[in-house]
Amino acid sequence: MIAEAGHFALVLALALALIQSVVPVIGARLRDPALMNVARSTALVQFVFTAFSFAALTWLHVTSDFSVVNVYENSHSLKPMLYKITGVWGNHEGSMLLWVLILALFGAMVAAFGNNLPRSLRAHVLAAQAWVGTAFYLFILATSNPFLRIANPPIEGRDLNPILQDIGLAIHPPMLYLGYVGFSISFSFAVAALIEGRIDAAWARWVRPWTLMAWIFLTLGIAMGSYWAYYELGWGGWWFWDPVENASLMPWLAGTALLHSAVVMEKREALKVWTILLAILTFSLSLLGTFLVRSGVLTSVHTFASDPTRGVFILLILCLFIGGSLSLYAWRATALKQGGLFAPISREGALVLNNLLLTTACATVFVGTLYPLALEVLTGEKISVGAPFFNLTFAPLFLPLLIAVPFGTQLAWKRGDLLGAAQRLTAAGIVSLVTIAVLWALVHGGGTFAPLMIGVAAFVILGALTDLIDRAQLFRAPLATSYSRARGLPRSIWGAAFAHAGLGIALIGIVCETTWNSENISTMRPKDVVTVGGYQVRLDDVTQQQGPNYREAVTHFTVMLDGKTIGAMAPSKRSFSTRGMSTSEAALLTRGVSQLYISLGDSSADGSVAVRIYHKPMVLLIWLGPVLMALGGFLSLTDRRLRVGAPKPAKAAKTSGALQAAE
Amino acid sequence: MTRKQRRLTLIGCALIVLAIAAGLVLNALRDSILFFSTPSMAAEKHIQPGQRFRLGGMVREGSLVRGDQLKVKFDVTDGNATLPVTYQGILPDLFREGQGIISEGALDAHGVFKADTVLAKHDETYMPKAVADELKKTGHWKDDYGRKADAQGTAK
Repeated sequence: MIAEAGHFALVLALALALIQSVVPVIGARLRDPALMNVARSTALVQFVFTAFSFAALTWLHVTSDFSVVNVYENSHSLKPMLYKITGVWGNHEGSMLLWVLILALFGAMVAAFGNNLPRSLRAHVLAAQAWVGTAFYLFILATSNPFLRIANPPIEGRDLNPILQDIGLAIHPPMLYLGYVGFSISFSFAVAALIEGRIDAAWARWVRPWTLMAWIFLTLGIAMGSYWAYYELGWGGWWFWDPVENASLMPWLAGTALLHSAVVMEKREALKVWTILLAILTFSLSLLGTFLVRSGVLTSVHTFASDPTRGVFILLILCLFIGGSLSLYAWRATALKQGGLFAPISREGALVLNNLLLTTACATVFVGTLYPLALEVLTGEKISVGAPFFNLTFAPLFLPLLIAVPFGTQLAWKRGDLLGAAQRLTAAGIVSLVTIAVLWALVHGGGTFAPLMIGVAAFVILGALTDLIDRAQLFRAPLATSYSRARGLPRSIWGAAFAHAGLGIALIGIVCETTWNSENISTMRPKDVVTVGGYQVRLDDVTQQQGPNYREAVTHFTVMLDGKTIGAMAPSKRSFSTRGMSTSEAALLTRGVSQLYISLGDSSADGSVAVRIYHKPMVLLIWLGPVLMALGGFLSLTDRRLRVGAPKPAKAAKTSGALQAAE
Repeated sequence: MTRKQRRLTLIGCALIVLAIAAGLVLNALRDSILFFSTPSMAAEKHIQPGQRFRLGGMVREGSLVRGDQLKVKFDVTDGNATLPVTYQGILPDLFREGQGIISEGALDAHGVFKADTVLAKHDETYMPKAVADELKKTGHWKDDYGRKADAQGTAK
């Protein structure tokens, strides 16, 4: 019953999406407020139905109803409750359902909080949102129905892939999808603006909070995924330039560019046409990511199963939306009026440079990800493009961007003074140079690359600080004045400083981890001691243990520093009988922001175990950076000016009132 | 500066950055990509010792020999040809005889493939896609690879 109800709710959601695709557009044509307002109700009710459908699938998983194929294939009655719930999206059908749930959620949020949008813009935005929704509802119902029944229900399920039985699955996919799918809002706004043939600073002010929200979630989602891969896969790596990772990085790069160009548009009414294009590209890259991961053209832990019809269906959706929106763009973009002028050396100019480098870096990732696929289709030759390719292309493009960041925030709008900016950054520059010199002396000429990169990272962080200090007039005004000035700064200024500093912090983590990590691989017996990164690690004993749906062999280690015990670590090997698979659970010991990492290999009959021990200096900074970036984004989001549904300043209210009156 | 000059400056900068990026990409594509070969393809193409490539195939049943200090030796086969592989380190969880693997490395002077990476990246049937495609092409694909997971599930 529940499965059928869930299925039916999804069909109803599709019907509502169809209504929402057509009626508001006709309403906007006829200028009929009643027809335009239909979008609001359908978006809200559509979300209710999709949520009901998702809740139904969750219920089936929680109660282990193995008469449903999806539950049988991905669940087991002994699986812990947390994984019964997260297992809902730990498979193809369920994760697509989560995708449309989030799409419907964003549509409902625009409907609920978009009361201050001009009526026709809201109607068009929600209609565009419904077009995407319709396509994906059809996809689920036609090729990936999660509610199919089995004629003769088995007693037990086949269990979830053990690698996915981790807390990471509870956080990583929902976060990532909130980001991916969140960009659909900026896409819908862009399409709506093109249809209406009108775009202004107010448009950017409406779009920015939505883009920012999606960006925050995508940032956290990527960072979380990276940390999960780091501790779960047992190789100690945190980024593999795997096509699936690239699929999430590309929308992030484009989305970051979009955030920055929307600033220019909001403040200066420039770069309108470009911002629209970026909004379309960002969501297109999200769709491309969905295609790469869900179609089965790539094989990885993310691809749950491959079925050619699904691939073709998503490819069709991809072509329809990317082709359609770009054609609309080509047709209508010339109708948009050009905006304000600016000199090449100015804040706008710096943001253009930011956009240029981010999109080019994104393009290199695009080439590296799709070239092997294209080559295989065209010539049948199989190649792999790995880390060396991206180190040679992505890194050289990102480096000038990092150096430009502190300068950009120092330049004035419209016409900037590069010399003045450089003077204000003197202190930051000198400290960075001293950092490089000191580090270089400390490592005794052990390569100049790492000290240089850390110097650049320090420059980015200090540049962000300089900006705050300048604005608060710290050291120039009395302390109390500075304090009140700092408090009075717009939150978006604080947000930008945090986000930029986060970039520098992540870079320090990346450079330290890749340059100075030490590794020891050996076979160990009880009482053996191995020294890694200055720590002595002793293997104590191996114990057997029974988990809820697995058996595990836990190996206990004692970690010592200069003869003093500082902690215990217990990595394990789990074997899952249902799937006949085993996983290694790495053990982590955190010291400050550095970590010791132990993962196990095979154990042999004589009691020795293959052990891999890493010391990873500063490794936590790699993920602390993105967390700071997300925090910066959140601070910006709470800025009065951007708050969703915030009362508008008098001037903006007047213009949008005038626009409504003109309709 | 007039509007036109400003626009030209912008377009000029954009073109320079794009040209640099294109140069970087072409350069990297020439030097840093790895070709995929099965043992028979490796024999046909006469791959030179020292040239890195990705070797894919099945680990031959009964060929795995473990030595000291985590040294391992095994044979990778695609049904027609077989290549001996040596590796030092911890094999992935999903590594086992009779399963498909992909390894990265180069041939040494004696025609032994020295791997520096061994991947057992898998789909649900424990078979890397590239390896599965090759096995299907050479006719060594056994239908039971796909069903193994089913059998394990229903045997319970």
